[in-house]
Amino acid sequence: MTTDKAGRVHSRGDAQAHVAAAHAGKTHSPLKRITLYSLRHPWQAGLAIGATVVASVLQLLIPRLLGHAVDQAQGILSTGSEGAQQALFWSAMTLLGVSVARGFFTLVQNYYSESVGHHVGYELRLAFYDKVQRLSYSYHDKVHTGDLITIGLLDLDGLRMFFSTGFVRTILLSVLIGVGAFMLLTTDVLLGCLALSFVPFVAWRSSVAQLKLRGTWLVLQKKLSALTRVMEENLGGIRVVRAFSGQDFELAKFDAASKEALDLSHDRVHIRVRNTSMMTFSFFTAMGLVLWFGGNKVIAGEMSVGTLASFLTFMTILQMPVRQLGLMVNSFARAATCGERFYAFLDQPLAIADAPGVAELKVTDGTLRLEDVHFTYPGANHPTLDGVTFEARAGQTIGIVGAPGSGKSTLAHLIPRFYDVSSGRITIDGQDVSAVSLQSLRRSVAVVQQDSFLFTTTIENNIAYGDPWSKETKIEKAAESAQLHNYIMGLPAGYDTVVGERGVSLSGGQRQRLSIARSLVLKPAVMVFDDSTAAIDAGTEHRIRSAMRRYASDRVTLIISHRLSSLMHADVILFLDGGKIVERGTHEQLLANGGRYRALYDLQTRPSDDIEIGSAAQ
Amino acid sequence: MSAVEEEDRETASFPGQRPPRASVGSHRIEEEIFGKAYDPRTVRRIWAFVQPYRLKIYLSVAAVLVFTITQLAIPLIIGRAIDIGMTEGGTATNLLWAVVSFAVVVVVNFAASWVQESEVGQVAENVLFDMRRAMFAQLQRVSLSFMDKTEVGRLMSRLQGDVNSMQEFLETSVISVGDMVLLFGIVVVLLTLDFRLGLLTLSTMPILFIVRIFWLPPAKRAFWAAHETNSITAGAMAEGINGVRTVQNLDRQKVNFELYDDKAFNNLQTQLTGSRFAQVMVPIVDSLTGIAMAIVVVVGGSLVLNGSLEIGVIVAFIFYIQRFFDPIRSLTMQYSIMQRAMTSGRRITEVLDVPSSINDKPDAVTLTRDMDGSVEFRDVVFGYSPGRPVLKNVSFTVKPGETVALVGPTGSGKTSAMSLVHRFYEVDSGAVLVGGHDVRDVTQQSLGEQVAMVLQEPFLFTGSIFDNIRYNKASATREQVINAAVAVGAHDFIMRIPGGYDSILEQRGSNLSLGQRQLLSFARALVADAKILVLDEATANIDSYTERQIQKALLTLLEGRTGMVIAHRLATIRGADRIIVLQNGEMIETGNHDELMEKNGLYAKLYNMNYSSFDDIPDDLVAQANPRTAST
Repeated sequence: MTTDKAGRVHSRGDAQAHVAAAHAGKTHSPLKRITLYSLRHPWQAGLAIGATVVASVLQLLIPRLLGHAVDQAQGILSTGSEGAQQALFWSAMTLLGVSVARGFFTLVQNYYSESVGHHVGYELRLAFYDKVQRLSYSYHDKVHTGDLITIGLLDLDGLRMFFSTGFVRTILLSVLIGVGAFMLLTTDVLLGCLALSFVPFVAWRSSVAQLKLRGTWLVLQKKLSALTRVMEENLGGIRVVRAFSGQDFELAKFDAASKEALDLSHDRVHIRVRNTSMMTFSFFTAMGLVLWFGGNKVIAGEMSVGTLASFLTFMTILQMPVRQLGLMVNSFARAATCGERFYAFLDQPLAIADAPGVAELKVTDGTLRLEDVHFTYPGANHPTLDGVTFEARAGQTIGIVGAPGSGKSTLAHLIPRFYDVSSGRITIDGQDVSAVSLQSLRRSVAVVQQDSFLFTTTIENNIAYGDPWSKETKIEKAAESAQLHNYIMGLPAGYDTVVGERGVSLSGGQRQRLSIARSLVLKPAVMVFDDSTAAIDAGTEHRIRSAMRRYASDRVTLIISHRLSSLMHADVILFLDGGKIVERGTHEQLLANGGRYRALYDLQTRPSDDIEIGSAAQ
Repeated sequence: MSAVEEEDRETASFPGQRPPRASVGSHRIEEEIFGKAYDPRTVRRIWAFVQPYRLKIYLSVAAVLVFTITQLAIPLIIGRAIDIGMTEGGTATNLLWAVVSFAVVVVVNFAASWVQESEVGQVAENVLFDMRRAMFAQLQRVSLSFMDKTEVGRLMSRLQGDVNSMQEFLETSVISVGDMVLLFGIVVVLLTLDFRLGLLTLSTMPILFIVRIFWLPPAKRAFWAAHETNSITAGAMAEGINGVRTVQNLDRQKVNFELYDDKAFNNLQTQLTGSRFAQVMVPIVDSLTGIAMAIVVVVGGSLVLNGSLEIGVIVAFIFYIQRFFDPIRSLTMQYSIMQRAMTSGRRITEVLDVPSSINDKPDAVTLTRDMDGSVEFRDVVFGYSPGRPVLKNVSFTVKPGETVALVGPTGSGKTSAMSLVHRFYEVDSGAVLVGGHDVRDVTQQSLGEQVAMVLQEPFLFTGSIFDNIRYNKASATREQVINAAVAVGAHDFIMRIPGGYDSILEQRGSNLSLGQRQLLSFARALVADAKILVLDEATANIDSYTERQIQKALLTLLEGRTGMVIAHRLATIRGADRIIVLQNGEMIETGNHDELMEKNGLYAKLYNMNYSSFDDIPDDLVAQANPRTAST
């Protein structure tokens, strides 16, 4: 990937300013908020609105001019004068001029209202992305990724398009229908009423249809994603399906999900068909009435043919926009509901954020200290950590062991402040982690997680994820320490191999080694292994440990594991139970104590004594 | 800080510079689709799907024709109404006739539009679902070697994206029949009404054609670019959400925000370009309409003066001009839709044509429950690619009720042997016999019912715990399911989950621990109640508490069954009735634990290394222990 030229960054405006503006106006309704936000582009919005008014007025002139021309042509028949033909020529030129102008203004209207929408979309995306990255673990724990993606894609789209499909279209329709009705009614009240008679009906039907379609669309999306899930899980779990001869069962599942979606699609076709056909019918009925009554007026000499023709062309011009009334209503409804969800997301308070003017963490000795740390998950009744105190100096390795649910992983997440402690404090070199900037803290504390996310990019970029400026040698060294280098070199594309969801898939152990390498690149002052060697075999783990020992002299290492062989070499081992440290000491001391640690050790080294499998045991 | 060399994090040397080793989002480049718009072979294949609905298609094509004709008739009637009813000599009776015929046409128009739209819409939906089902059903039959090689995402895009573009094509193609008729009709009507005026007015039409021919290729590229950058931006966003924990963990927010900004901004620009291309047609069409109208007014006016044209014809012309350019616009768009549909159609038929290499013989017998439950490998040779056998002449027998542990280093062929029992693949030579029958002579369905399988990675489906344990054994009662869960020791943790057996597993059970998922997959195998159990023990380390539970569950599972276990844990291996040691696709040792220890071969050497699992032994030590590889 090549770098951008410095100049380009400025041409798009200040990204952070866009983000800040998106957060403004919390007290407004979503519709007002998105309207004000769209008007942050005053030039483009102004052009769009101005052009809309001009274009719609010009469009209304066309039937007038045509009617006029028809009358002139008919006038030629009776008078046959040279002057009339001259007048006809000028009418034609005016007509041409108005058409060209209307085309131009419509271009301006459409382009600038779309442009405002695209700009708003760009800016809201930045605000959304920024927010996702800032929200803490506790938020992401309780919200589904799928729901977030929906907010960021569909809800954002609903808001983005409001300016063109809702706001500008309202102006367009108001002018067209309002001015058009005025022109028709002032010309002839009866005929005007007849010509406009289809408008309320079509407006009503198209609104109802659009709202219904939107309602069923939302349901259809759910049904379709259920269908997608059936297919995806079937293909992903094809071995299970085959192992249990579940093909017919799976086809039945597919058919059930498919039928639900198909039925709903048919319903949607019905709604659409019923309404379009009825709208067209009502329009033509009104036209027939205008033809009959208008025709009689012409015969009676109360009206010219040209006026009648202009009424009829008026109707054809109004027909399309009136049908779009439904889209406009839908746009309002959509922007209101989407806006509610989107802004609710954006307005979330940040549970964990830098205080203004916060200091940078300064690592000197590299001493990590936990003082009487308590932690309770939001909504939980019992504390997960219940008064944990220990100290670790640079060069020390602390092992933490305990049953599932004893609070081991939670402890790992508190140090880089993914969650805030409920009480007590965590300090690094005497500085409370909640009193230093998140950036400086997280650069000093690396947590190697149990299930680390692989980004779909090259292995090299994945290892350099925390420090994308790092040099090749540094990346390779980290991979060597993590015992991954040889494997990588064996791949045809080496470090350029693309991994992740859309690339080569790595085994659990390889992924864990990659995430170890990722953390090693950072050279953190505190390194926490959160059960991150579970899928790595003991021999490889041993080699990783010896490779890392070279770097470990100025670093605190925390190893959380349920496999005792991973942490029995630690300087201090803490045995956690119910959020409390119940045993503390070296491997030998704890074995000698004969307590919980000893029991676990016995369990792991002689797992087979009381279990025999196979018929031999019977 | 000291010790080994220390580099600080470097940063940008000038503002706006991006780090060299960073990117956000990933994107599979979709092929640009500018291929053939008509491919007879693909069309034939697609037609096979439409065939069942052909009556409806004929009906809707007829409706489209009627609909188009009514549309053509309306301006004519209006023109006639003016000429015979309203100009000099016109009478109210004539007008009445005109209005009545107008009403008739409108009613016909209503009926035709109803029929056309509902039939076309429903047929397109039906064909779409039929195609998807055909592909899905085919994927249930194709060989596993195809599935091994093909990414799920690729298949999904065929099941969805390609099928959708076929639907779009079907919906629009009937309508474009109407457009063509409309275009043709307008030309004929205008020329008939007045040849000279018609010809003059129509002269604007080729201009639009030419403009669109020049406009289309760059516009298509612009629309494609807009589509691409949009999905790239969306992909980057999804990645940011899915990987948010790692992003925060490694403090990448700032860099990612900048990179995302680049993508979003690039998207903004392509969207604006796309808009420009779309909108530039508006003034062109409007100007051409204006020119046509001016021609009608000026030329028509002078023809009226000559007395060779009636005023109503001018009105009719004006009406036609309003509709003039619509069919050209949609017909040129239809071309791109057809190109896309041909490519999609080809991709769909590719999936449909994947051979299903493993089929039941016509005279295949049903493997019944009263078979003895033995498994025999007779001189089995098998490989995934020709010339590279994974199993070389392997022969062994597992007696009914016996538990055999398959042991050996990675790549020794354990997993392949296991897959062959279930006939996931076909042997190259030799035979695999289950209950005395060659697996090729029995139906796959009955084989699956008698051979239960537990895979190393437990796979759960979204749905309730109950449904996951029962899976396709519809006859299993709730009681049986609970009994199975109790037997494998999963009952307690299931009851602790709110909702118990009816609680829904999110995202394939990601809310459960690996050990818990393992236990559920055991329960599933227990409910399946097959005579033979093939099991691949999990290698991942599970916490000691759950581990014990799993060992106990294994015991329950193997009770009264023939068992073939790919064993990793020493406890499992020692407990087996017999151990088969595989290496490089050959069986090198067999016997129970004590016999093998006495033999002092590879097994004994590995065992004496005192690792808690064979998989923990580093490769170099395995090589040392093995006399064959050590000597070469």
